[in-house]
Amino acid sequence: MRIKPNKKVGPVVRDQHRAGLIFVLMPMILFLTFAVYPMIYASYLSLTDFSFTKAPSFVGFANFSRLIGDDIFRTAFINTTIYTLGVVPTSMVLALFLALLLNQKIRGITLFRIAFYMPVLTSSIVSGMIWLWMYAPGAGIINQLFESVGLPPQRWLFDPNLALISVMIMAIWKNLGYTMVIFLAALQGIPIHLYEASDIDGANFRNKLWSITLPLLKPATFFVFVTSIISAFQVFGSVFVMTKGGPGYATTTIVHQIYLNGFRYLRMGYASAEAVILFVVIFALSLINWRFLRSDDEIW
Amino acid sequence: MYTKLVNNSKSGLGRKAKLLTRVLLYGFLMLAGISMVVPFVIMLITSLRPNYQLTNFTFYSFLSNLNWSNYVAAWQRASFSQYTLNTTIYAVASTIGQVSLGAMAGYAFGRLKFRGCNILFVLVLITMMIPFQMLLVPLFVMLRHWPLAGGNDLLGAGGKGLIDSLPGLILPNLVTPFGIFLMRQFTLSLPSELADAARIDGAGEFQIFYKIMLPLTKPALVTLGIFAFQEAWNDFTWPLIISTSANSRTLQLGLQVFRDQDLTDWGPLMAGTAITVLPLLLIFIFGQRYFVEGVALTGTKA
Repeated sequence: MRIKPNKKVGPVVRDQHRAGLIFVLMPMILFLTFAVYPMIYASYLSLTDFSFTKAPSFVGFANFSRLIGDDIFRTAFINTTIYTLGVVPTSMVLALFLALLLNQKIRGITLFRIAFYMPVLTSSIVSGMIWLWMYAPGAGIINQLFESVGLPPQRWLFDPNLALISVMIMAIWKNLGYTMVIFLAALQGIPIHLYEASDIDGANFRNKLWSITLPLLKPATFFVFVTSIISAFQVFGSVFVMTKGGPGYATTTIVHQIYLNGFRYLRMGYASAEAVILFVVIFALSLINWRFLRSDDEIW
Repeated sequence: MYTKLVNNSKSGLGRKAKLLTRVLLYGFLMLAGISMVVPFVIMLITSLRPNYQLTNFTFYSFLSNLNWSNYVAAWQRASFSQYTLNTTIYAVASTIGQVSLGAMAGYAFGRLKFRGCNILFVLVLITMMIPFQMLLVPLFVMLRHWPLAGGNDLLGAGGKGLIDSLPGLILPNLVTPFGIFLMRQFTLSLPSELADAARIDGAGEFQIFYKIMLPLTKPALVTLGIFAFQEAWNDFTWPLIISTSANSRTLQLGLQVFRDQDLTDWGPLMAGTAITVLPLLLIFIFGQRYFVEGVALTGTKA
């Protein structure tokens, strides 16, 4: 049954209905075509054997049970986890420290901000290339520095034990500025009268840090924590450029495996299954983010 | 008199301690700042020296041998002008698409009630949590079989579709759920009285959007624009999948040309890297405020 234009609704609301639909038409066509449909299609492909040249054939959960026993995927998962656990807390602590230092009357703050934010502007390819050169075993600056102070030169990205850490150091350099700017914004949002009141009460610097600054930074900290974990779990470009996942499998990551399986070995069904695992991890983290961040702030 | 003296010396001591912490603070910050910038300096220095002079660096030899040959080599070697053009088109088109479509959808979701708006918005929220890598395979298959493009027939068979074309590069990046969400949240934070007043005066919904809401959402639009441009300019994963030749190759991919299995041409590579990063650096230095405010805005709103 079609609902007739409702007299009770009135022309203004009807206008809004129509305008709303027209406004979202273009964005939603693109959005449904290039985000929603591929998402459903990817979930379907993860249950198939698909090599692109032939049509996908349904195999149920075979890809997933194979994933569980796949040593390379497990290595990729562990590498990604180590990378995340190493990069996220380190850059957060450093960023918070720098933000606290910069959140004072400081001359040349613009220059400092530019310096710390510059790495954020680089792509993982650009930063990867620059650090590849700095890590170069022969003429790279890091080994030259090592030699000039009498330390033995290292093979960095070519050493299975150092490769992942080398990539992580680059990532910390690259992410620090972004995290710092968020912390700085949160610090500047703390009402100054709280500090003034505690001054009257005779609080010292450390009191103020522990009972005003840090508690009020909690939402920003949580936001940064979860979003950094999410982006760290998707690490790919830097690994692709700097190590190609090597030496051996020392630096291969989940997304790197998705890329290799999907577009090098044309195991697109298997790659989709790996992507679904990544999706589950990221979806869970995002939900936690929403749950904690939104409790006070209505979405609807 | 006596007490005054004591007081003076006390505050002098305080001043000394204050000065010391000040010096330490600036010293530390400068050290940290310099170490952030060092990789860029190394990039520039390497790009401005002939390849045979990479080792045994002295400042004097650097200044006396400054030359641009690496830039010339990079520009000629790798059809860099084509890559630059492709990257610019990709970034500008993505920015225009994400800002205009994001603004429209964000306004509709934030202010207008229409049939199906809740379901559609839930879809936006869900897709926001999808890692883009999950969409790589389906998007590739879809664009390969795009009907009537790149030699394909109506059913999407026969040719290469939109693979290795600028439309194929751009299309999936025209709308992002993040953009819609950011614009909706920002729209929600604006007062609705202005729009209501205009409605009473007889303004249509399009007039209200264009003349009243759009100017008010400018901070969010600038933020979204900067993010969209930066993301597209720096994008690597999607071009890696979709671009197979200079037709649609971007700068980020083009840099790979200088890397060989055994020998990397560091000079031209660093020149190419400098060319790639320069536009964003310039935009950042002149629009620093917008970047910083944008990060803060998304940190608190989105």
